[in-house]
Order: sequence, then C-alpha cells, then structure tokens
Amino acid sequence: MSKRRGGGESLPVPVLALAVVAIAFFALPLIGLLWRAPWSNAWTYLTDDDALTALRLSMVCSLWATGLSVVFGVPLAWLLARGTFPGREAVRALCTLSMVLPPVVGGVALFFALGRRGIVGQYLDQWFGITLPFTTAGVVVAQTFVAMPFLVITVEAALRQLDTRFEDAARTLGASRWYIFRRVTLPSIRPALGAGAVLAWARALGEFGATITFAGNFPGTTQTMPLAVYLSLETNPEEAIVLSLLLIVISFGVLVGLRGRWMGRAEANMATVVP
Amino acid sequence: MPRHHRYLAPLAAVGLVLTSCGSDDLAIPTSGSDVAGDVTVFAAASLTAAFTEIGAVFEAEYPEAAVVLNFAGSSDLVAQILQSAPADVFASADTSNMDRLVSASGHATEPSMFATNVAEIIVQPGNPLGITGVVDLANDDLIVVQCAPEVPCGRYAAEIYANAGVAVIPKSYEENVNAVVTKVRLGEADAGIVYATDVIGAGDAAQGVAIPADANVIAEYPIAAVADAANLVGAQAFVDFVLAAESQSILAAHGFRTP
Repeated sequence: MSKRRGGGESLPVPVLALAVVAIAFFALPLIGLLWRAPWSNAWTYLTDDDALTALRLSMVCSLWATGLSVVFGVPLAWLLARGTFPGREAVRALCTLSMVLPPVVGGVALFFALGRRGIVGQYLDQWFGITLPFTTAGVVVAQTFVAMPFLVITVEAALRQLDTRFEDAARTLGASRWYIFRRVTLPSIRPALGAGAVLAWARALGEFGATITFAGNFPGTTQTMPLAVYLSLETNPEEAIVLSLLLIVISFGVLVGLRGRWMGRAEANMATVVP
Repeated sequence: MPRHHRYLAPLAAVGLVLTSCGSDDLAIPTSGSDVAGDVTVFAAASLTAAFTEIGAVFEAEYPEAAVVLNFAGSSDLVAQILQSAPADVFASADTSNMDRLVSASGHATEPSMFATNVAEIIVQPGNPLGITGVVDLANDDLIVVQCAPEVPCGRYAAEIYANAGVAVIPKSYEENVNAVVTKVRLGEADAGIVYATDVIGAGDAAQGVAIPADANVIAEYPIAAVADAANLVGAQAFVDFVLAAESQSILAAHGFRTP
C-alpha cells in the first residue's frame, strides 16, 4: 500500500531538484559516450571476434561469480545477522573490506593468498597442481572477491529487518532448522537476495583491477570485456566506446528486466505471505 | 603561501632591478632569475625515478622554480595534453607519441632525444630457471608475461621475438610494463620482457638477462617544450637541463643510455 504512494507532485521541490541533478550526473556521461560513438563503424566493432570472445568470457565469469557469491554469501550474511559470537563486527568489516580496497591491491593480495607462492596457493600448486593466476578460474575468484560483499550486506540487512515471528511459529510447529531456513527465511528475503545478486553480478561484470592483476589478460582465457575496452582505449578509442556501450546496454537490460520481473514478483509474494 | 612567494619573489626582483636601474645595478644576479614558478613536466612512467631526481636537482639550481611532475604512459599523457591539461614540458618514451603531439598541437621547441632504453628479459633473482635468452621464452612450461601489443613495450616484445625467430605465447598481455615487473617480482611469472631501466628499478627483487643487440630494439626518448606552455622560460630551462651533463649522469645511473 505504502509502495503505491508517490508521483512527483508529492515530493518537496528541493528534494526533486537534487534528484534531477543526480539523474543528470549519471545520464550525462552516458550521453557523452553516445555522442562520441562512431555509429557508422559500430557494427564492425561489435561483430569483431575478439570482442565477442571477451563478451562471452565476461558473461560466463560474472555468472559464476554471482553463483559463488550466493552460495557462500547467503550463509555468511545469515551468520552475521543471527550469529552471536565475539568479534562479529570485526568479521563483518573483514568480509566487506574488498569493497573499499583498491581492486589492484585486492589482486595483489589474492596473489599472496592463492598465487603459486601464496599462503594456500603454494600447496594447491604442489599437492594438486592447481594454479589460479592466469586462468579463467582466477578471473572468477577475483570477481567473486570484489562482488560478494554487495550480496552479503544486502541480504544481511534484510535478515536483520525480518520479522522473526514466522520462524518462531514454524519452530513451535516442529519444523527443523534447515526446513525453516529453506521454507521460511529464504522466501522472505527473496527480494533482497535478488537485489544483492544483481548488485554482485553488476560489480563482477565491470570488474577490472583485481582481474587484470590476479588473472592477467589473455584473449579467450582471462580477457574480459572491461580489459578489452581498456586496452583498445590505447590504440582505438572508437572501438573502446562501442564495446563500453555494448556492456552498458546489456547491464541496463538485465538491471531493468530483473528488477521488474524477479523482484516485482517477489514483492507480490511477500504481499501474500505477509497480509 | 609558498606558492604565492614563488611568484612574488621574481616579480619583486624585477621591480628591484627596474627601480634600481640607472644607479648601482648588478647587485642582483640576473642569470637564471627569470626561471621561476611552476614548471609542469609530463613524463613517461619509465622516467619516474630519474626525473624525480632531476627535478630536485633542477629546483636546487633554480630556487625560484618548482618542478611539478606528472607520470603516466606516454599515450595517456598525449591525450591529457590534447585535452588541455596544463603541461610545459613533455618527455615521451617513444618518438611516435611525440610525433602525435607535435602534429596535433605543434611545439614550442624542436623535440630533442635525451635518452635511449633497451629491452631486457626480467627473471627471478638468481635466475633459478637458467634463462639465457629470448629462445628460452618459447618453452611452454615457463610462465612468460609481456605487455599488450597496444602499448609500446608490447610492440617491442613482438619485434624482439621476430628478430630472434621465436614464437612466444605469453600467459598474459599486461596493460603496462610495471604490471610485468610486478608479476615477476611477486614470483607469479617466470620471465617477461621489460626495459633495462625497469630491471635496475626492481633492485634485488629481480634480475635481468640481456638481449643481444642484433635482436634487441632501442626505444628513443624525446623531450620538448609544449606548444602553449604557460611557463615557456621554465620549460626551455628544464629541457636544456635534461640534456646537460648532470642530468645525463642521473639518467645513466637509472639504466638509460645516451642517444
């Protein structure tokens, strides 16, 4: 009911004015790209094999990173929201540190952890022959490292705000912990889970610094779209603009589409669950 | 405050000269007193250590002047200058970027070559894998990294492989030469193609394997005062200073060669 409130006229003018400035702030750089885009050559750049390879790799890696973020991030968010253990604040800060760390530093830190001289990486190399740097798996690791916190903080906030009475009710009715988590807790945080997953995916898709540092840059293996864009900026700025726009169009489509469909439905579900 | 003083001091000096004209002048030494204010130098990233040192010596020579240094890849610097970033001097790591700037916006002084740099193979300290030359880089078990073909050091690497007649497939095409050095220093890569100056800059963390002259390339570094330099006198003085013996010995200490 409250979400149907709105319409511009009910907003105070100063708030509206600031909001318009904010919109312009985001729109103008995009308009700048559209303005400078070499439309006559656009198709040539878009159908370039290297660009398509980079795009495919970006999609595959960012989806993997999103999946890993959900699998590990939801339990982490649950632990941070519900767990009572000493140093919880410190653990939360630790797990969201990669959001503020310059990504290149994050990439170097990943070397120290998972590189072939790293704390864990040297044993991965010696015992299992697994090396992550310069591999597609390395790209996924780097993207997950920077993307997961976005999911964790979104889901954690939802879990904190969640009315625990439904879980309590389920418990009194004899449901197991696992059953409650699956059938009561998870469905109620679905909008937040969706939003968090989309945020994490968007971050993974745009990831540059940690990827090029930890995974390097090789076409077909580790050269994702942002890396391809950055390097073509050196020699062919026109191509870089076209590829950036492609990345923007795809992200825009997914962000708009998912928000309307997935999260809209989830909100509807909430309405039926919580009358 | 010190910023203002820098500008005021020479003005005061000029005023003094003017007012004292006709009476007992020559009290103020005029040589160099017109080199003052900020001299903004846009220099290739590979010049970072050498030009920081040269800048300090220049400021000692001309106490009224302050050198403001901006280091980045040569092509980035050209882009910045063409987008009207305030530069007085441009020092490029290759002739093609200097040519790009000159053809787009002209120049205040003719570009002069002030240094050259050659490529070297950078390896782990002690060279544990016994890499002796470019031919060894073709070994598929080695983790070789190099610059991307889009940046000068990547073009040079390709030329060197062609000269040596080997096909090297690196594990990664790095965005700049520093990234190549970092990966070897951290032990994640076994070898890479970098500049001789980078090997010296890495100190004990890496070592170099020379590439014979017949397979090697020579990168030429030109310097010029920028067309619309705000501080043309300072720019000219800095260019001359870089070409003079004192700066040349600093450049040599960092591994550059004389053109």
